[in-house]
Amino acid sequence: MADEIKNKEVVAEIEEVEEEQVDEEEVVEEQADEEQTSEVETSNEEQTSEVETSNEVPEVQVNADGSAEMAVKENWFAAKIRKFKKWKTETGIKIDHWSRKKPLRRKLYLNRTLYLMMLPYMVGFTLFTILPVLISLYLSFTSFNMLQFPKFVGFNNYLTLFLDDEIFITAIKNTLVIAVICGPFGYLLSFVFAWLINELPDKLRIIMTLVFYAPSLSGNAITVWALIFSSDIYGYANAFLIKWGFLNTPITWLTNAKYILPIVIIVQLWMSLGVNFLSLIAGLKGVDKTLYEAGAVDGIKNRWQELWFITLPSLKPQLMFSAVIQIANALGVGSITTSLCGFPSVAYAGHTIVNHLTDYGSLRYEMGYASAIATLLFLASIGLNKLIQRIIRKIGD
Amino acid sequence: MAKERDLNAIKAKRIDSRPFSEISDFKVLRKSKKKKRINRSLGGDIALFVLLCLAGITSILPLVLTVCNAFKPLDEIFLYPPRFFVKNPTLDNFADLVNALGSSLVPFSRYFFNTILVTILGTFGHIIIASMCAYPLAKYHVPGGKILFGMVVLSMMFPSSVTAIPHYIIFNYLGMINTQLSIILPAFTYSLGLFLMKQFMEQIPMSLIEAAKVDGAGEFRIYVTIVMPLVKPAWVTLLILLFQSLWGTSGEQYIYSEDLKMVSYALSQIATAGAARTGTLAAVSLIMILVPIVVFIISQSQVMETMASSGMK
Repeated sequence: MADEIKNKEVVAEIEEVEEEQVDEEEVVEEQADEEQTSEVETSNEEQTSEVETSNEVPEVQVNADGSAEMAVKENWFAAKIRKFKKWKTETGIKIDHWSRKKPLRRKLYLNRTLYLMMLPYMVGFTLFTILPVLISLYLSFTSFNMLQFPKFVGFNNYLTLFLDDEIFITAIKNTLVIAVICGPFGYLLSFVFAWLINELPDKLRIIMTLVFYAPSLSGNAITVWALIFSSDIYGYANAFLIKWGFLNTPITWLTNAKYILPIVIIVQLWMSLGVNFLSLIAGLKGVDKTLYEAGAVDGIKNRWQELWFITLPSLKPQLMFSAVIQIANALGVGSITTSLCGFPSVAYAGHTIVNHLTDYGSLRYEMGYASAIATLLFLASIGLNKLIQRIIRKIGD
Repeated sequence: MAKERDLNAIKAKRIDSRPFSEISDFKVLRKSKKKKRINRSLGGDIALFVLLCLAGITSILPLVLTVCNAFKPLDEIFLYPPRFFVKNPTLDNFADLVNALGSSLVPFSRYFFNTILVTILGTFGHIIIASMCAYPLAKYHVPGGKILFGMVVLSMMFPSSVTAIPHYIIFNYLGMINTQLSIILPAFTYSLGLFLMKQFMEQIPMSLIEAAKVDGAGEFRIYVTIVMPLVKPAWVTLLILLFQSLWGTSGEQYIYSEDLKMVSYALSQIATAGAARTGTLAAVSLIMILVPIVVFIISQSQVMETMASSGMK
């Protein structure tokens, strides 16, 4: 019994090996005549059919035995497998034959494993990133409420945004204030801290990295800030200020239009040392140490000169990466306002572009209008990125 | 005789066990413990270290406060003047979490189960799919590969809310609204993950892959047995990044049914419940914070190794 199955496996292996051999031959003789190869294929098929006929004889004998049922089952299964393998080989040969007709097709066929490996990500990326951007570009020129078919309205959405929507102008203003302060300042902070941490001994460095990275790791910790800036005397900020005599009555931090934006900025800065920060630390660690020695010989006198002439230029790739992440973060501020000040915040003082987008997209279902906002956000972040990259390229040149 | 032989053996041993520096005429050069540091002054070092420590303390304080609050009894949370550290730590808040929310519409463990499910599926799916795509991109000249990678980099540049509305429309079309697939599937194609993976894979020497090819391995086999073990730091990094972002998602835009919602959503619900739930809120926050931090501590060195190759040109 077992021997037979083994036999069949061996046969199957032989078939496979033959297939591979054929494959290899074909690869080698890529430009050989078609007739020749077809001969090889036919001979291969003949061989396999011979093997099959010789194999069917013991199957009948086993059926006569006492343990017939099991044998039949296993043989049936084995036969299925063999059939499948035969089918696989044959279709493989067919596809191979078909692929030879055009050089491009041939290339695709020969690298099929690589293309298949790339396929899942490509499909997902197209579906969830490229397509959405295109959809939102298209929808931004329409009026769409998820029920009726989108109606083309030209540039109306954009015109309304800039001319009629005062809240959007507030949102732009707020986002710009947050981005202008949090972007460069957060970038600077992550660089300075990374640079300082890099000087520390190994163990201390790990601890300090964690200390600075922890806030952005724990995205859900924002609720603590609601407690710190709570509007009654139990809030930590109020209690502290009253205790030291700066205040007489508690400030309603999160419902006072004057304080909302600064608080959002503080929290955003607190959370801005994320992946970009890690990248900078790792980059600093990788800077060639001999450069510093060479620099010292060449007359670099202190750590500041070292920073400007050696560290920054050799850190350029990480600076670039860091900037990309930082810009996306700074323009994407939105959830902080919602979870701290509610939605919408008092007098729209903490209203950002992202808030405006969710307002129209998920609450009012004016998808066309929301898409126009999304498109503007998209264009703004890409444009800003290109600008910043151009600036960073100039460092040390 | 026997005794003599033993003695000789002992002597031989003694000779052998002497340190090399005593036997040989040459002295082993010892590395000097004090590294000479160029362009550094002690004063500057101390000043900058103090600055760093101060910044570190302000950075970690809110998190410490969360930890303290989670263990404070209710009367200690509303104390005037508020005390920062906990005096009589209790586990009341955690018990309250189980009791109060156990009686609500959906048991609290359900939220946790959903979060864990989504996090694990999304993270591992992403690691597999992104690394499979990154390998050809990093090691071969794929036609159109540069354009694809350029688009991936471009997609890192804008905030994710740009694609929120089209996502909703697409999921609606695919019938995946109100299923967890709507959170898991986009996570598979997280662009930062592919970027880091590709950058890291570029370090693998091509000769290694070619050697495997000569030995008869197919591309997929090379990917599984050679490339994946070599890029362990990279996939640990993807693990932490995806874990971190999925652990905090609430997915409230795509998911309506209560029994499919996640902890982050529950957290925001507790937050709106008012002051009485402050302790419970801190307890949930503590759990939510703790898990990513522990994962990061475990995988810290691998993450740093990957980040070293994160640069852009």
